[in-house]
Amino acid sequence: MQTKLMKGNEAMAEAAIQAGCDAYFGYPITPQSEVLEYLAKEMPKHGRVVLQAESEVASINMIYGAAGAGFRTMTSSSSPGISLMQEGISYIAGAELPCLIANVNRAGPGLGTIQPGQGDYFQATKGGGHGDYRLIVLAPSSVQEMADFVFLGFDLADKYRNPVMILSDGAIGQMMEKVTFGKFKPLKIDKPWATVGKPASRERNYITSLHIKSEDMERHVEHIYRKYDEIKKNEVRFEEIMTEDAEYLIVAYGLSARISHKSVNILREKGIKAGLLRPITLYPFPEEKINQLAEKMKLVLTVEMNTGQMVEDVRLSVNGKVPVHFFGRFGGMIPDPEEIVNKFENLINKNHAL
Amino acid sequence: MRSEEHSLVEVEIITKKDEPADGKADAKNEPGSKTAEEHVFEEKPKCINEEYEVVYHKPDTLLDVSMHYCPGCAHSLLHKLIMEAVDELGIQEKTVGVAPVGCAVFAYDYMNIDMSEAAHGRACATATGIKRLLPDSYVFTYQGDGDLAAIGIAETIHAINRGENIAIFFMNNAVYGMTSGQMAPTSLLGMKTTTSPYGRDVHEYGEPIKVSELISHLPGSFYVTRQAVNSATAVRKAKKAIMNAFRYQKLNKGTCFVEVIGNCPSNWKMTPLEASKYIDDEMVKAFPLGDIKLPKGEDLKLLEEVK
Repeated sequence: MQTKLMKGNEAMAEAAIQAGCDAYFGYPITPQSEVLEYLAKEMPKHGRVVLQAESEVASINMIYGAAGAGFRTMTSSSSPGISLMQEGISYIAGAELPCLIANVNRAGPGLGTIQPGQGDYFQATKGGGHGDYRLIVLAPSSVQEMADFVFLGFDLADKYRNPVMILSDGAIGQMMEKVTFGKFKPLKIDKPWATVGKPASRERNYITSLHIKSEDMERHVEHIYRKYDEIKKNEVRFEEIMTEDAEYLIVAYGLSARISHKSVNILREKGIKAGLLRPITLYPFPEEKINQLAEKMKLVLTVEMNTGQMVEDVRLSVNGKVPVHFFGRFGGMIPDPEEIVNKFENLINKNHAL
Repeated sequence: MRSEEHSLVEVEIITKKDEPADGKADAKNEPGSKTAEEHVFEEKPKCINEEYEVVYHKPDTLLDVSMHYCPGCAHSLLHKLIMEAVDELGIQEKTVGVAPVGCAVFAYDYMNIDMSEAAHGRACATATGIKRLLPDSYVFTYQGDGDLAAIGIAETIHAINRGENIAIFFMNNAVYGMTSGQMAPTSLLGMKTTTSPYGRDVHEYGEPIKVSELISHLPGSFYVTRQAVNSATAVRKAKKAIMNAFRYQKLNKGTCFVEVIGNCPSNWKMTPLEASKYIDDEMVKAFPLGDIKLPKGEDLKLLEEVK
């Protein structure tokens, strides 16, 4: 075990090396350039491949090639760059290639700002590119998780032959915290489907997302959706904080969850039985858990750094059992724990006199 | 030149054991000899028979399936030449091909090697990803003009500028074939396509882009040549160029780029023979055939040593 003080982006990069990432292809963009910088320095020391591509469009297609050849590959970017990658991500999902993509989310739309945001929730969890597909989406809320989810992400990608996204944000990417390495042993999975050159002993391998006959394409999409059902069954992850006796629930992920944790503490000090449910996998979404928790809640509040995206999934999960409200700051603004407390108190006073 | 066209047609050419293989070609040069079509027709019904020996057949690296290409299309021929090269060099086990969106997107249905389909324009990036991880393998892309010269020009130029040790086979037939004949960056001036119904106008769209000349100025390009496949002589030259493009990868000296001036009879609205003539009469004026950048003598010496 080895403990270091690191930036979130650097922790992610170091974890990639330790998780056996064979190749990293990326393009600079604030606030995630440290990943490429760190790996440009460190990967050659391990005899691994690191390449600064001419664009995000190129880097995601380099990932497609290298992942298709059976290697552990990773790219990272921030919101506008991730938008550029969407076509490639769709191809990767369609061709069922394992890889890791990190989005250090900044606030948009457009060029937006380099400050943190959570406005890419829809893009990350609902597909993002064209066609019917999903990514496994992991949402770290600490520098430690920036590292841990790299190991987890690579393993899940290999296990399900599906791209995995780490949906972080500019604050977690840039802040420094203690991070411990050496907890995980990377999964080793054979990839007999990889395009490495056809020996006489087997049929040719080919990587494609093309199924020109509609019957074949429907079968293919059914196949990948059966895989998503498996993922939903096995891989839902979340953290519960003070939910056992809670009457009021906050649902928040990533940086919003860290802030909401503080708000829950303040509410508890005020005698309000608040709890926090932090989805760790945004896809698969912890819908059952939220549905169960809603049974005993008087009210649910979703806190996000956007204008209300995950709240739609929370509402679907709660399924009308209790009112679901939303509080958000956006445009690069970070909510204050007191703001959330105020919002909560107003809601309680309005709807549910204590 | 035209008299040799019969060899463009994909049939197993069978000659009588007691007749020299080249006997017919000589006869054809005589005035009044049969046309290419007549010869092929005459040969076709003669199936393998004890009286005959096979002197030519498809390479084993080409799968025995019918292709989706239109009759007379140069793609099938270029597929065959590339697979012949892989076969003759004995590198099937070490070859990975990349075919992006375009008419050749189904190349993996025909080529009996490991292959990756790629997004439109991104073949050079995909090939970079493969070659960087498998540096000892032979990696090639097979791209059309819309793919390579329009949407994928950035990936093409940067891959070549990095000197990626890949071979790029660039089929230039001056139109978007798969989407049925829209104007390409290499469409000739005045050429009528579905999106340039009045002919390509230089004021609107500029001159056809000469990719081979353009990329030959990049230090990362090692071997750049422009070939055609509309005659037997041209086919032989193109085959040599393709063989070189594979062999030079051993040197790790940069990108090998083989442009092939192809045809598109369907979208040019010509018969295959007219299309072949159009290449000689019009296409080569804009895209002159021949080597554009050759390896230096010392590099070739090195290749002998590598062997």
